[in-house]
Amino acid sequence: MRAQINRLAQGGRIDRSEHLNFRFDGEAMRGHPGDTLASALLANGVQLIGRSFKYHRPRGLMAAGGEEPNGLVRLRTGGRAEPNVRATEVALYDGLVAESQNRWPSLRFDLGAVNDRLSPLFPAGFYYKTFMWPGNMWPAYEAVIRRMAGLGRAATAADPDRYEKQYAHCDVLVVGGGPAGLAAARMAGRTGARVILADEGAEFGGALLGNDQEIDGAPGMDWVGAMAAELANSDNVRLLPRTTVAGYYDHNALTMLERVADHGPAPEPHQPRQRLWQVRAKQVVLATGALERPLVLANNDRPGVMLAGAVRGYVNRHAVRPGRRAVVFTNNDSAYGTALDLAKAGIDVAALVDLRAETPLGWVAALDDAGIEIMAGRVVSAVEGRRAVEAVRVGKLNDTGTGLVGGLGRRLDCDLLCLSGGWTPSLHLLSQSGAKLLWDEGLGCFLPGRAQQAVRVAGAANGAFSLGDCLALGAEAGNRAANDAGHRRRGRGPRHAMAGEEPALTPPLPIWKIPGDDAGKAFVDFQSDVTAADLELAAREGYRSIEHVKRYTTTGMGTDQGRTSNINALGIVARALDVPIPQVGHTMFRPPFSPVTFGALAGRRIGPLLDPVRRTPMHGWHQDNGAAFELVGQWHRPYYFPRAGEDKDQAVDREVLAARTSVAIMDATTLGKIDIQGADAAEFLNRIYINGWKGLAVSGCRYGLMLGEDGMVFDDGVTARLGPEHFHMTTTTGGAAHVLDWLESWCQTEWPELQVYCTSSTEQWAVAAICGPMARPLLAELAPDWDLSAEAFPHMTWQDGAVAGLAARVFRIGFTGELSFEINVPAGHGMALWNALMTAGQKYAITPFGTEAMHVLRAEVGFIMVGQETDGTVSPQDLGLGRMVSGKKDFLGKRSLSRAHSLRTDRPQLVGLLPQDTNLRLPEGAQLIGGADPSPPQLAMGHVTSSYRSPNLGRTFALALLHGGHERHGETIYVAFDGQAVRAEVTAPRFLDPGARAK
Amino acid sequence: MANYSIFTLARNALRRHRDWPQAWRSPKPRPSYDAIIVGGGGHGLATAYYLAKRYGMHDIAVLEKGWIGGGNTGRNTTIVRSNYLNPESAAIYDHALKLWEGLSQELNFNVMFSPRGVINLAHDPGEERELMRRIYANQLAGVDAEWVTPTQLAELCPILNLDPNIRYPVVGGTLQRRAGVARHDAVAWGYARGADKQGVDIIQNCEVTGFDIQAGRIEGMRTSLGDIRAPLVGVVAAGHSSVLAAMAGIRLPLESHPLQALVSEPIKPVMPTVIMSNKVHAYMSQSDKGELVIGAGIDGYTSYAQRGSLPVIEETIRAVVELFPITSRLKMMRQWAGIVDICPDASPIISDTPIGGLYFNCGWGTGGFKATPGSGHLFAHTLAKREPHPINAPFALERFYSGALVAEHGAAAVAH
Amino acid sequence: MLLLDCPWCGPRSEEEFACGGEGHIARPLNSENMDDAAWGDYVFMRSNHKGVYFERWRHGLGCGRWFNIARSTISHEILAIYHVGDAKPELPE
Repeated sequence: MRAQINRLAQGGRIDRSEHLNFRFDGEAMRGHPGDTLASALLANGVQLIGRSFKYHRPRGLMAAGGEEPNGLVRLRTGGRAEPNVRATEVALYDGLVAESQNRWPSLRFDLGAVNDRLSPLFPAGFYYKTFMWPGNMWPAYEAVIRRMAGLGRAATAADPDRYEKQYAHCDVLVVGGGPAGLAAARMAGRTGARVILADEGAEFGGALLGNDQEIDGAPGMDWVGAMAAELANSDNVRLLPRTTVAGYYDHNALTMLERVADHGPAPEPHQPRQRLWQVRAKQVVLATGALERPLVLANNDRPGVMLAGAVRGYVNRHAVRPGRRAVVFTNNDSAYGTALDLAKAGIDVAALVDLRAETPLGWVAALDDAGIEIMAGRVVSAVEGRRAVEAVRVGKLNDTGTGLVGGLGRRLDCDLLCLSGGWTPSLHLLSQSGAKLLWDEGLGCFLPGRAQQAVRVAGAANGAFSLGDCLALGAEAGNRAANDAGHRRRGRGPRHAMAGEEPALTPPLPIWKIPGDDAGKAFVDFQSDVTAADLELAAREGYRSIEHVKRYTTTGMGTDQGRTSNINALGIVARALDVPIPQVGHTMFRPPFSPVTFGALAGRRIGPLLDPVRRTPMHGWHQDNGAAFELVGQWHRPYYFPRAGEDKDQAVDREVLAARTSVAIMDATTLGKIDIQGADAAEFLNRIYINGWKGLAVSGCRYGLMLGEDGMVFDDGVTARLGPEHFHMTTTTGGAAHVLDWLESWCQTEWPELQVYCTSSTEQWAVAAICGPMARPLLAELAPDWDLSAEAFPHMTWQDGAVAGLAARVFRIGFTGELSFEINVPAGHGMALWNALMTAGQKYAITPFGTEAMHVLRAEVGFIMVGQETDGTVSPQDLGLGRMVSGKKDFLGKRSLSRAHSLRTDRPQLVGLLPQDTNLRLPEGAQLIGGADPSPPQLAMGHVTSSYRSPNLGRTFALALLHGGHERHGETIYVAFDGQAVRAEVTAPRFLDPGARAK
Repeated sequence: MANYSIFTLARNALRRHRDWPQAWRSPKPRPSYDAIIVGGGGHGLATAYYLAKRYGMHDIAVLEKGWIGGGNTGRNTTIVRSNYLNPESAAIYDHALKLWEGLSQELNFNVMFSPRGVINLAHDPGEERELMRRIYANQLAGVDAEWVTPTQLAELCPILNLDPNIRYPVVGGTLQRRAGVARHDAVAWGYARGADKQGVDIIQNCEVTGFDIQAGRIEGMRTSLGDIRAPLVGVVAAGHSSVLAAMAGIRLPLESHPLQALVSEPIKPVMPTVIMSNKVHAYMSQSDKGELVIGAGIDGYTSYAQRGSLPVIEETIRAVVELFPITSRLKMMRQWAGIVDICPDASPIISDTPIGGLYFNCGWGTGGFKATPGSGHLFAHTLAKREPHPINAPFALERFYSGALVAEHGAAAVAH
Repeated sequence: MLLLDCPWCGPRSEEEFACGGEGHIARPLNSENMDDAAWGDYVFMRSNHKGVYFERWRHGLGCGRWFNIARSTISHEILAIYHVGDAKPELPE
């Protein structure tokens, strides 16, 4: 067990009474509640935590929050393993297991580090300039590059955890629970507005968690506690700690990722692991704070180089000593507090190095009291040490800030270098919301431009860097947001007295690249391994837009989206191009602010819940009787019913024969059904279908084709007239929803004068279709009082009556060319009907059949299947159904049928095909050609649309679309597939005439 | 112009890379050119490159409103394939694919074309039938295509969920081995560098504000940098084609929609090929950097905002987690959208217009990246000869009046 | 994620709706007498306007009703929602 050699004896928001065991790269360590994995590693003296992406340089922690670029680990194991987790964001729990990434064979000895030695060959974009010879070798180079690249390893098993989604509306969403956010939430809450306050951390407090500032004479965290308690007791306020607001979308919709159970080893059985919130907020207050930037200097990536604010946080919040002897290097005031707090914690501060010649008076006195040397107008010019900082050099800056006076300067031994290059307001979400960001020369950062949605920015995110301003402006933003959401409260917000307030700001001095050791790499984007030299190279090579620079160098494209690097990159590029920063512009921030787990985005609707399954009322019977199922849309339909020992072909043959010789039964429930009523229903159908409907008698049924306005068939079906103003339309199974939408769009938007109402009735009815010569006696047995004779109940009519004692509507229509009855009963009676038919049908050996036998039967008699004989490019004429087209009326798509291309005689037209080999079932989709040579390339003359074996014909047959096919019956053509071409005879698309039986 | 190779790289390393020249110039526009290409995306830059290189026209300007490659070229999921259904489409995309195969050498710029295969999954017999038809059509057209069984799929992509009991089980798929992915930005930069070398002026931050049309002929362009004359103009503006067409008084059959995409954080290689599923609306590959690159669908409404939205992404991630269960704990790192110009028949338009000397190349919808070299070459031919190349002849605007559409809805639904 | 104020159901999220494309395209009554060009314009050509766009939407997962909206295709701001058959509202571009 490793010792917590860098744990301070006192202070911090940790519970020393409890020990948490964890492992990093297999080594056992301990920490305390209140630790993050990062702080616990530091406490245990672990400085080397990862290897960089490209050069495999040793890296340590740089930051303390979501901006951490280096400290990515693989957390947990097995199906719960998660790569690329920031150690700074992982709450320590007992039993935690983490390992380092992107190293082989080990973190200390990584063969990939050879890249650092070869780095002169690997400047930005080097891969665009090489790996091109010999010509076909890129995949081989690529394989090596791919293995080297990538960060962590994904899990190797499925995720055992569950994710949820939650949807919420609120008046005011406050993002960020620091001083400004708490003040905003409190003021908004006091108006009675519905408020949500979300913060990434487990504890509210923001910057106050890491420093010792006072409010109203007490520690700042006391005020935070009081605020949190007040808000928690407000019914109209919802507090969401451990919740990252990730995306800001249109119309004030935001997503938030709540980490419900990530602070333990696994979720409790009742818990989701994470919850994705989608919030629609009337008003948003962004109190997202600011992020500290490092300074860009040679070897600024050595383990032991950290952000000054992060160091302060580790000392004060986690009671960790990030180093034994520190040098603080800054271009602004904020790092002075770090130096003081380090000294207070008993850590030796060798010097505070300030770029600026003028140092802030208030701070200087305090540092003098603490005995810390201030080196003004100087820079850290070099960092020594490879796996850890061993010393720095401090040189004197020349007057223009572009070079050193007198070399690298004095050497200071240290193992910790704290950097502060100024603060960047965290405006990622604002940028996502559509607002522009405006450069502020004085503060050296971007500030919010004009809001494009109902959003305001408060606190450090708005450039208010003092605690007093954060509290006052936060409260004001919260109040105004509530007002704009329609909630008001009289009176002013509280005023607070600040003590320990940082003295007034001395403007930072932006020197984007610190002069010094030319030999070392000066990193800008640590995670993507992008240096100042890379950015300068890009500018030199003409990649001038900041977007080009980003893409060419990959700066800002890591998992941190360049939180610590973007502004430094911009400064360096602006300098290289010799233009002001606003002219370079900034890259767009894209959602999410922080990476969002796929599982959370997927939510519960995966696995069996991916898509609803639709089953007919008879589904259970089909299952019990061994049906193979076919997916048709969301439906599960019986495909065929194999008996013991039968393969698919044998089962289908048997089913097909039964339908032609005795009686067969099919579950036709899935066919789309639409109830159409109204005084103008017949006129409506006249406009929808290509054929006429006004003359259809009540009790009659008619087959109809629907076209799009492009003149192409998109659905078909039989529609019955139930009354003068009442129709029952059937559609294809897969097309039902689309057809209803189609009908609705026309009757609502184009023909509102028509009185017509369309209602889906698909699921109201269960349908058993019986067909075959014995269908009539079978039905007669179950409907003894019903005259089913062809005279009394002719083909293409319907009648109501009782079947097996059930109220039924029977249609004398069919899709098989046999005598058929489609018996419709209310869905709840479907199983009873089916059982009655099966029982009564035993004497005829009634045979259930599935979709495949249905396809054979219909193809034998030349009925088309929409989606098989048609594909959106087929007109009624192409199908040989031109005679259905009414000349007397207009209908949807009619005009398209007379366009030049529609009138061509060489269009693909429906034909039958009889392969010369009567046992060969042509593959569906096979191509039609004129000769016996299938060699490519050649143009096809069409394709096989349907192809089956027919036990009735004793041979195989097919339907096809053949160019000019209507005039080519009797010709021989060839069918090409898999490198062969087989002969077939072109015939009419009808192979069997069941004579008068169907009638 | 320095040649790019391992040798020049090594030589420059000794000079700490201080001597690399600009990849392309940033010239000011001249008052007139022989031809203007509007749109500095991959297609536009390729058009200029081939006009200069193969058709001897060097006095050309490419006008780009923002930065080159900043539209769909830099926003797509980089899939390159040619297994389209119709012979006309297969011809145009295979023409492009053949150019892709030698493009790095042609441009002396590594565009990282990686023929790692593209697989389209089938989840039911209906889809299998559709995909088989495509295979047979491709075989006849000379485009490589083969059927792969679940057993083969398990080898081609070990992380694919082949459990036969899931909601939409995988029953097989098509594989085009010559297909793959490429580095999108490099395509724009490589063509820009190549065109610049041929004397083409690439003018960024130059927005077209109008067309100078006289007596039914194009005379030049009005731009934010002043008027520029040219007797020949080719517009290649993807999602903004309708906006430019409207300035010239032309109507196009296009709708511009945001096409949503995302990447995961970089991980070590898990995905050796490209997998697309129409049924569950997802396609995925892995970039050389390690990110899983995931294409989603389009937002259902017209938009010119290149902004990520959520509903389409949620739908796609569900499908991805279903198809690739190990991705559940990976994280979406970035999402974005490109504005795609969708044609009613899901095929492009490479066409003359009622205005003499003015040509449009648009309507590539969700699938334009893969066509970049072919589109550029064919458009260059059309501009130089003032008549279409036989390969792009079927893709004229006229087809929306005659009805001779090139319907690729199936291919477009499978997408990209 | 747009928020659309359905004239019958009130504000609902985008996911409940389907966009039906450009509005105010009347189906020709005399199509038989139209030439191919005029018919092709009606069937296929769209203004696809960048700016304020008048379009049709349907509350498919709600009341099922169609309505018209005026929406910016740049900012996605919705400037007007009105009934099918109503004239285009006067709006500043």
